Amino acid sequence: MRTRLRKSVAFAALAIVAATGVARAQGEIKIGEINSYSALPAFTEPYRKGWQLAIEEINAKGGVDGKKLVVISKDDAGKPAEAVTAANELVSREGVALITGTFFSHIGLAVADFAKQKQVFFMAAEPLTDAITWSKGNDYTFRLRPSNYMQAAMLAEEAAKLPAKRWATVAPNYEYGQSAVAVFKELLSKARPDIEWVDEQWPPQGKIDAGAVAQALLASKPEAILNVTFGADLVKFVREGNTRGLFKDRSVVSFLTGEPEYLDPLKDETPKGWIVTGYPWYDIKTPEHDAFLKAYQAKFNDYPRLGSIVGYGTMKAVAAVLAKAGSTETDKLVAAAKGVEVDTPFGKIVFRATDHQSTLGAYVGKTDVRDGKGVMVDSVYRDGANYLPSEEDVKRLRPQG
Amino acid sequence: MEFIVVQFLTGLASAASLFLVASGLSIIFGVTRIVNFAHGAFYMLGAYVAYTLTERFEGFFGFWGGIVAAALVVAAVGALLEIVLLRRIYRAPELFQLLATFGVTLMVQDLVVMIWGPEDLVGPRAPGLRGAVDILGLAVPTYDLFLIVLGPLVLGGLWILFHRTRWGVLVRAATQDRDMVAALGVNQTWLFTSVFALGIFLAGLGGALQIPRNAVTHLMDLSIIVEVFVVVVIGGLGSVLGAFIAAVLVSELNAFGILIFPKISIVLVFLVMACVLIVRPWGLLGRPEGPARQPAGLSIRPWQPMSQNQRLVMLAVVVAAGFAPFVTGDYALTVLAEIAVFALFAASLHFLMTVGGLASFGHAAYFGLGAYGAAFATTMFGMPMIGSLLLGPLLGVAGAILFGWFCVRLSGVYFAMLTLAFAQIAWSVAFQWVEVTGGDNGILGVWPASWAASPAAFYWLALAVSVAGIVALRVLVFSPFGYALRATRDSALRSEAIGIDRSRVQWAAFVIAGTFAGIAGALFAFLKGSVFPDNLAIPMSVDGLVMVLLGGIETVSGAVVGAIVYKALAIWLVSQTDLSKLVLGAIIVLLVVAFPKGIVGFAEDLLARRRAKADDGGAAARTTPAKAPAKAPAATSGSGAAPIAAPKMEAAR
Repeated sequence: MRTRLRKSVAFAALAIVAATGVARAQGEIKIGEINSYSALPAFTEPYRKGWQLAIEEINAKGGVDGKKLVVISKDDAGKPAEAVTAANELVSREGVALITGTFFSHIGLAVADFAKQKQVFFMAAEPLTDAITWSKGNDYTFRLRPSNYMQAAMLAEEAAKLPAKRWATVAPNYEYGQSAVAVFKELLSKARPDIEWVDEQWPPQGKIDAGAVAQALLASKPEAILNVTFGADLVKFVREGNTRGLFKDRSVVSFLTGEPEYLDPLKDETPKGWIVTGYPWYDIKTPEHDAFLKAYQAKFNDYPRLGSIVGYGTMKAVAAVLAKAGSTETDKLVAAAKGVEVDTPFGKIVFRATDHQSTLGAYVGKTDVRDGKGVMVDSVYRDGANYLPSEEDVKRLRPQG
Repeated sequence: MEFIVVQFLTGLASAASLFLVASGLSIIFGVTRIVNFAHGAFYMLGAYVAYTLTERFEGFFGFWGGIVAAALVVAAVGALLEIVLLRRIYRAPELFQLLATFGVTLMVQDLVVMIWGPEDLVGPRAPGLRGAVDILGLAVPTYDLFLIVLGPLVLGGLWILFHRTRWGVLVRAATQDRDMVAALGVNQTWLFTSVFALGIFLAGLGGALQIPRNAVTHLMDLSIIVEVFVVVVIGGLGSVLGAFIAAVLVSELNAFGILIFPKISIVLVFLVMACVLIVRPWGLLGRPEGPARQPAGLSIRPWQPMSQNQRLVMLAVVVAAGFAPFVTGDYALTVLAEIAVFALFAASLHFLMTVGGLASFGHAAYFGLGAYGAAFATTMFGMPMIGSLLLGPLLGVAGAILFGWFCVRLSGVYFAMLTLAFAQIAWSVAFQWVEVTGGDNGILGVWPASWAASPAAFYWLALAVSVAGIVALRVLVFSPFGYALRATRDSALRSEAIGIDRSRVQWAAFVIAGTFAGIAGALFAFLKGSVFPDNLAIPMSVDGLVMVLLGGIETVSGAVVGAIVYKALAIWLVSQTDLSKLVLGAIIVLLVVAFPKGIVGFAEDLLARRRAKADDGGAAARTTPAKAPAKAPAATSGSGAAPIAAPKMEAAR
């Protein structure tokens, strides 16, 4: 009986908590935001700083239609089920106009499906999976960051220029790694039918046995390697590869490695000459980026990471959608978001009407070491618009109806 | 040929890293019987402290001194933890220490981020061991060779320590029979502390030695803790040599396995463990444990079915819970529905653990299989929701029938680890079989039918199913089957002697627990609208364990309270703060110290004490027949009343 007594106490406590959240202030628009803050602080901290800066700037200019933007931010603890709980709280209790955020692909998909079910506008910030805009795309979900496909297309273009014919791949064993390798292989083989795929390694995410993997790759004698590992796995792989001479006289093409989040920890052990996608904030000399960089450094006394760009761009995109819609009704937000133009530190981007993917691009360059730090050199911005399938092709990829 | 030699050496280097951490865990478990969930946290702390020290003091002595100093610092922290926290709860029921170390692990995960920042840290390479040596024309890192030598050195050092010192003899004696060691007058307190410190030293050293080849991150603990447990169990609990052999076995199988099946790493250790435990139920070098000396705790206050009044109170509470939709909002209702689902999940695990005495570390498997079953029924076969809720759990039942058959041949921690192995195998199937399960991107679109779509309707559904399930489990506890099950728990030998088929009874209990977990899982799928491999992963199993232990393992239905408290706290904290792990961990540690028998166990103790006091007070004043008439009416004499009173006095102590 103790058990039930306690249950009713818990009910009462929850009821009180629920009742206090109802009051809604006038003259502001509430935006719900969810991300893996406790699970992945290295990526989500810069991201949070990015969107905080954007909100500050937008509100300093009077907000949207005279209303201030208020962000209610929730942690998802890195679990899709928690993310759905958080989305529920934001929508049913806080009464937010729309939701945004998420980092992991599977969490992005879970929230996108929630958005579809509850008919809420969802602006996915960071998840990379192609499914979120294509095979599992829905009316309510839009995505900012360049997708897996886009990054693969940018890298495959560079890889095709290399003389190498024997390729090996190493990627974390989950959807992101699998689809990155699949798309890259497909695009590169199309451009270069003479290429041979000699080995593939699939270490579990976060648990690479780097020595064994590096040695296995060496044994297949590849001329070039595609790497999709990142984070701690990348550090281990690079260290073992460097010591065992895996990267000597071999071309390496690598996803995301040029992003400061992944490149900075490598310091002077950064391998030279890898072809990577990333964010060389120190070398970008455009007026849009200069303004962003100055404001960011002034506010946080720190340099931006790619997450900062994504966070900043996400809230700018949300504001643009709200401004264009002139309303917080979901139907109008969805209609407004199709084809909306947004100014980001990387220049103007557009959210495509067919697949809801933004045309935000990425920098492609080569890794190098400068003053004992890993950097990207010879970087060129690749506009995302040029690396997406045509709108007709995409229509076939999305579920109809 | 050259390649095979070099790959073998690479495997040996991985084995050495694994062995260092595993040996510490094995020693701690052997002597103290603590399932030290925090071992990975100390491994991580070792790496972080070593990073700080080696960045600060450079050069040869700076580096190696830093490594050793880091291990010592971590060992000191470990000893402090043992003195401050674990000493208080050695008398608590078995596995309760797991809860405390779990709380510590949660805290450490947030603390390292607060102290060292969120970014991955890359420490210096080892001075003098930076490069590679040419072996048969292939480059082998010198640091790998160093590790290959270090592994056997540590093994030898431990052997000398255990076989050539008085302290070592005591440790071995305690590993074999700690009650006897205590009876012979050995100061157990300091023996336990020193053993714990030594084990943590090895964990810290293992972590510190990773910095020249790894990145230091706040996720390091999770990436190793399960693996070292597996290694310890494969080797045989408490056997250091066994841990060494197991580490080599696992690492070499991985090094060569990836050449044939590049995706094998994700499940390899669990496959090896399952195979080893099926063939050798006590691991490679482990010895069968003697029949456990049952602590008297369980028999002092025998379980009783609820009285009429208690049933009425329960009914009132359930009815009151049914009124929640009239007083709360939609969000609160979805949270309450989730709590109801987890109450059922925890109750099912509790049935297995408490009534059956079978602690499962992989109960999420049946929860997750139930969820996947419901998702398959909905998305593949287009079943309506009711159909999916009825058919979905069958997948969980099937899993429980299959896995249970193997598991019930084992007992104790080996049983627990085999359930873990099967859960991980089921998880890896859900994770890898992309065509069917959608891989880690899961199955979407499992939303309730329109009649149950509103939060209130779904809450009523979840509440009804959960209450029905919990009641059914309670009825089972007090059924003849329940008594048979408790008999196998309390004494395997005696129960078999009176004709109870132990393995069959336990198997049935396993399937029953799996069934109710599957039902909870199917409900969970519809609550969230999607199913992911997370649903059958280790953290879900651990959540279940935490709920059961928090509620009280010696109680009939404590898990329900544990589930309500833990789940409500977790959801609320995640919503309120990014430091939810730190706060939740601290609360768990406090609860563990305050309620070493769990929340409900504590409440029952309190109640029993009050009742006993009332009885005592009455006994002095009243004449004996006053209490007796109901049971033995007119014939009661003074002498007849004494035996009835005696057990009550026993209970009071």
